Amino acid sequence: MHREKFIERVLLLLALSSVGSLALITIFIFLEGFPLILSVGLKDFILSSHWAPTKGHFGILAMIISSVLVTLGAMIIGVPLGLSCAIVLAEFSPKRLKMVLKPTLELLAGIPSVVYGFLGVIWLVPLIRNYLGGPGLSLLAGSIILGIMILPTVISISIDALTAVPDPYRDGSLALGATRWQTVSRVVLPAARSGIITAIILGMGRAIGETMAVIMVAGNALQIPTSILDPVRTLTSNIALELGYAAGRHREALFATGIVLFIIIMILNLSATLITRRR
Amino acid sequence: MRLDPHLSQGLVKTLLWTLTGFTLLILIFIIADIAVKGLPQVTPAFLSQNSTDMGRAGGIFPTIVATAYITLLAILLASPLGVGTAIYLTEYTREGWATRIIRFGSECLAGVPSIILGLFGFVLFVLKLGFGWSVLSGSLTLAIMVLPIIIRTSEEAIKAVPQDYRTACYSLGMSQWQTVTRIVLPSALPGITTGIMLSIGRSLGETAVLLFTAGAALRTPVSVFDSGRTMAVHFYILAREGISMPNAYGTAAVLVISILLINIVAYTLMQRMMKRYG
Repeated sequence: MHREKFIERVLLLLALSSVGSLALITIFIFLEGFPLILSVGLKDFILSSHWAPTKGHFGILAMIISSVLVTLGAMIIGVPLGLSCAIVLAEFSPKRLKMVLKPTLELLAGIPSVVYGFLGVIWLVPLIRNYLGGPGLSLLAGSIILGIMILPTVISISIDALTAVPDPYRDGSLALGATRWQTVSRVVLPAARSGIITAIILGMGRAIGETMAVIMVAGNALQIPTSILDPVRTLTSNIALELGYAAGRHREALFATGIVLFIIIMILNLSATLITRRR
Repeated sequence: MRLDPHLSQGLVKTLLWTLTGFTLLILIFIIADIAVKGLPQVTPAFLSQNSTDMGRAGGIFPTIVATAYITLLAILLASPLGVGTAIYLTEYTREGWATRIIRFGSECLAGVPSIILGLFGFVLFVLKLGFGWSVLSGSLTLAIMVLPIIIRTSEEAIKAVPQDYRTACYSLGMSQWQTVTRIVLPSALPGITTGIMLSIGRSLGETAVLLFTAGAALRTPVSVFDSGRTMAVHFYILAREGISMPNAYGTAAVLVISILLINIVAYTLMQRMMKRYG
């Protein structure tokens, strides 16, 4: 009895490791970055786009806008493709094909982001430069690559949401004389809505937090883009590009950038969790 | 005007299948391009020689060692924590506020982007604790990254073990811990292994975390305090600085093939487990 109690305590301690890590991460990012936000002022930090950290200017507006735009672009490309795949695999494809394609698509989630970025530089960037103009390294290139990268996330979670809809729903609709597509669009999709929204939000989180692929294809210019062919620098790229040599207030500013990113991602994750729980 | 439902179904189906085909083509293209351009570079010498001239010539041996070293250490650190958490959540406690907080923490941790983990590992392990850019700093940060994966898969695996097994143990007079260690864990082993394999796959491909915690020294690391450049980081540097495209492709091929193989093994194990208890 005594022994069992001891084991339970030890296991509880182990179980607190994930919460503990999360707390440590939050504490350290805030400890390092928050003093700078205080001294610069929140308004000047997130509403100015003057970033010259060695001269004491710490405005990250251009990067916030770039991050949001790249992520929106990724959604515009990734969500229709991903949802189509999920609907086809869950509702229209023969079972055999689904058995092969679903694991294949999920395996592709394992391809590292640097590989996506690399292929983007080799294939996509020259295409954009030659056919659409601009430097090629651009908001558009970043959006396309991120859009492809979020596909496995969107597809896999959407398929699970669609498969979770009970078959009697479909049978009922089909028995009333609806076509398969009418059934899918008016019965199955609405029933799976919260799961699909979760898939999209998690895809969004993945896109806005992605770093290496974006650094490689988006061009990293510090500006508010006026066209999708402009090069952009996202919040994540900025941290990764400058952390290697930053010191003092400059480094604090990168952690402060991290805080902004962290808050955005946590809001996205929280809403995904809440939506899933409501079901 | 209303479109005939069968006609509109036909149109929609064509569109959906086209988009699906397009998606698959993109993904096939990625694998094919890496395989076609990368595999010819992968010779025994490429795998076993040191890199020279910043990676322009020679092989990728030091990066293979660094990758294995950092990944294994991370898994050794994360597995007991992850499996322990899963045992606690499934066997030792009822659903309540404690499990809710633990699950929530693990879900949030899974969503933390790697660049934030990189920042955290850099400030805590590299600077504050003075481990420097090292195998140790990299492994510790990676361990935090893969912890949620191990927790989630282990929890699912342990939950899949039929309740009868436990009841039978208790009726034989076994204690809870004996039940867990002798019956539940061995039965859940394939599922737990799946989680560990997936974590290895995820670690192999990680770049942002390791660039800022393990550094990029192109030497074979020996001590845990040596800096080590993993294959993914090496590939990133080769590609980004335009050092050598053939070597970049070769490294990418080794990396992608290892990850795919590991994920396939993980998937097969999971299928087997599902078949047994599903």
